[in-house]
Amino acid sequence: MDTALQVSDLRKTYSGGFEALKGISFEVQSGDFMALLGPNGAGKSTTISIICSLVNKTSGKVMVYGHDIDTDFAAAKMNIGIVPQEFNFNQFEKVADILRTQAGYYGLDAATARQRTEKYLKLLGLWDKRDETSRMLSGGMKRRLMIARALVHEPRLLILDEPTAGVDIELRRSMWSFLKQLNREGTTIILTTHYLEEAEQLCRTIAIIDHGQIIEQSSMKAFLAKLDRETFILDLSADVDAAPQLEGARTELIDPHTLEVELSKQDSLNAVFARLSELGITVTSMRNKANRLEELFVSLVEGKQA
Amino acid sequence: MNWRMQFNAFSTIISKEVRRFTRIWVQTLIPPAITIALYFVIFGELIGRRVGEVGGFDYMEYIVPGLIMMSVITNSYSNVVSSFFSTKFQRSVEEMLVSPMPNYVVIWGFVLGGVARGMSVGAIVTGLSLFFAHLDVVNLWITISMVTLTAVLFSLGGFINAVYAKSFDDISVVPTFVLTPLTYLGGVFYSINMLPEFWATVSKINPIVYMVNGFRYGILGVSDISIGVAYGMVIVFILCLYGWAHWLLQRGVGIRQ
Repeated sequence: MDTALQVSDLRKTYSGGFEALKGISFEVQSGDFMALLGPNGAGKSTTISIICSLVNKTSGKVMVYGHDIDTDFAAAKMNIGIVPQEFNFNQFEKVADILRTQAGYYGLDAATARQRTEKYLKLLGLWDKRDETSRMLSGGMKRRLMIARALVHEPRLLILDEPTAGVDIELRRSMWSFLKQLNREGTTIILTTHYLEEAEQLCRTIAIIDHGQIIEQSSMKAFLAKLDRETFILDLSADVDAAPQLEGARTELIDPHTLEVELSKQDSLNAVFARLSELGITVTSMRNKANRLEELFVSLVEGKQA
Repeated sequence: MNWRMQFNAFSTIISKEVRRFTRIWVQTLIPPAITIALYFVIFGELIGRRVGEVGGFDYMEYIVPGLIMMSVITNSYSNVVSSFFSTKFQRSVEEMLVSPMPNYVVIWGFVLGGVARGMSVGAIVTGLSLFFAHLDVVNLWITISMVTLTAVLFSLGGFINAVYAKSFDDISVVPTFVLTPLTYLGGVFYSINMLPEFWATVSKINPIVYMVNGFRYGILGVSDISIGVAYGMVIVFILCLYGWAHWLLQRGVGIRQ
C-alpha cells in the first residue's frame, strides 16, 4: 500500500517563541480514514497548515504521495485538498465562480473547470445556489462549499479541519455518509474534530496530539480495545432510596429512578440484572453513559497532564 | 505543473481580477474619469488659456499625456493593492497558497489584472481628452510600450504594498503620502525645464518624471528626458520591484506564519 502522507520530525516555533510542534512524526496509508485529535491548542491546525503550505515549518519533512513539499511542491500540492476550519473564500464571489477559480489555480482548463464545478456542486447539494453570492449561504452550505472547493481538482488526500463544527445533526450525518463514500472510492481522508463520536464513526486509524507531541497513534479498533471498563445508565421502573451494592461493579444513584453502573468489560451484564432482580429492582431501559472514545481521550490527555 | 497548466492558472487570476473591477465599475472606472475630466476643464480650459504654450504646444495638449499617465499609475496601483489586500483580509489568499501555482504566476496574474484596469481607465481618459484637445500620436509603439511598462511597474508596487499591509489604513498610506506627491511633482502639469536648475535636477530623482516624459514623447514628440534613459529607468525599476515581490512571496512575508 502507498504511503499517502509521511510527516517526519516536524517542528514549529512561532515568532513569539511558542513551540507549537515538538518534532512529531506519523504516517497515513493510502485509502485510510484517519482522525487527528487533540485538545484546543495541541498543534492539530498547525500540523495541517504546514502540510498545506499555509504555515512555514521550522524543521522536519513532509512527503505527500512520495513528493516532498519543499522540493517537489507542485506535485505534492496537486495531491492535497484542504477544508479549513474558518471560511476562507471571497464572500462577494458567486458560488460557481469560487469553484471555477480554484480549479483554474490547479491548472485545469476552462471546460474541465466548468464540468467539475457542476459535478461537485451537485454532489454537495449546492447546484441551485451556483449563481448566488457566497455570503448569502447558510453556515452549513458554506461548509459544503468548502468541501466542494477542496475536491474540484480531485485530490488523492483530503484534509478536513473540523468540517462539522456548528453544523446541525441532519447535515452532519449527511456529510458523514458523503465522506464515507468518498473514502470507499479511494480518497485518503484526514479529519480533525472535537466530536469524538464522529471520529469513532468514520475513522479507521487515530493519532492524538497534545502539547505539540503525538501521544497515541494506532488503529481505532486497537485504541478502543484499551478501554477495559464500561459505564451504563439504567432507568428504573420505581424509585429507590440508595444505590444497591453489586459485586465487582461501582454503582451510583444519579436520581431515585436512574442508576449508574460501572463494571469491567469481562464481567457479565446478566449477573448485574440477576442481582437487581433479587433486590426487586426492575430496569426499563439502558444506555452507555458516554462515548467510548471520549472516555479514552480524556483519560489519555488528563493522564499526560498529571 | 506544466506550462499549459501554469497558463490556465495565470489566465484564471487575470479573469478573476477583470471580473472584480468590472463588477464594481461604478467605483473603479467612473470616478477616475470624472476626476480627470475636471482636470481638463479647470487646468486645461480655464487656467491653461492664460498659461499659453509649453514645449511648443497648447497647455491643454501638453498636459493630456501626463493626465492619462496619472490615471494609469493611480489605477494600476490601487487595483492590485486593494485586490490582493482583500484576499488577505478575507483569507481567500489561502486558495492560492495551497495550490501548486508557482509564485511568479501569482505575481504576474495580479500585475496583469492591475495593468488591465490601468489601461481601461487610460482608454476612457484618452477618449475624454479628445473632447478637449486634438491628439496626434507621434509614435504609437513608444506610447503603448511606455504606458504598459508604467502600469506593470505600479501594479508591482501595489502588490508589494498589499503584502506588507496589515490594515486598510496601510493600503492608503503609500498612495496618499508617496504616490500622489510624486505624480504631481512628476511633470504632469509642467515641463521640468521651467523649474530653476536646482529643482529641475532634484526632479530627476522622481521616477514618475521619466514615465510621464516617455509617454509624452510618444504622443507629442517632446520630452524633458532622453527616451532611452526613460525606458532604462522604467525597466530597472520593474526588475527591482519584481525581485522584491518574488522574494516576499517566497518567504511568505505577511501571508504565512
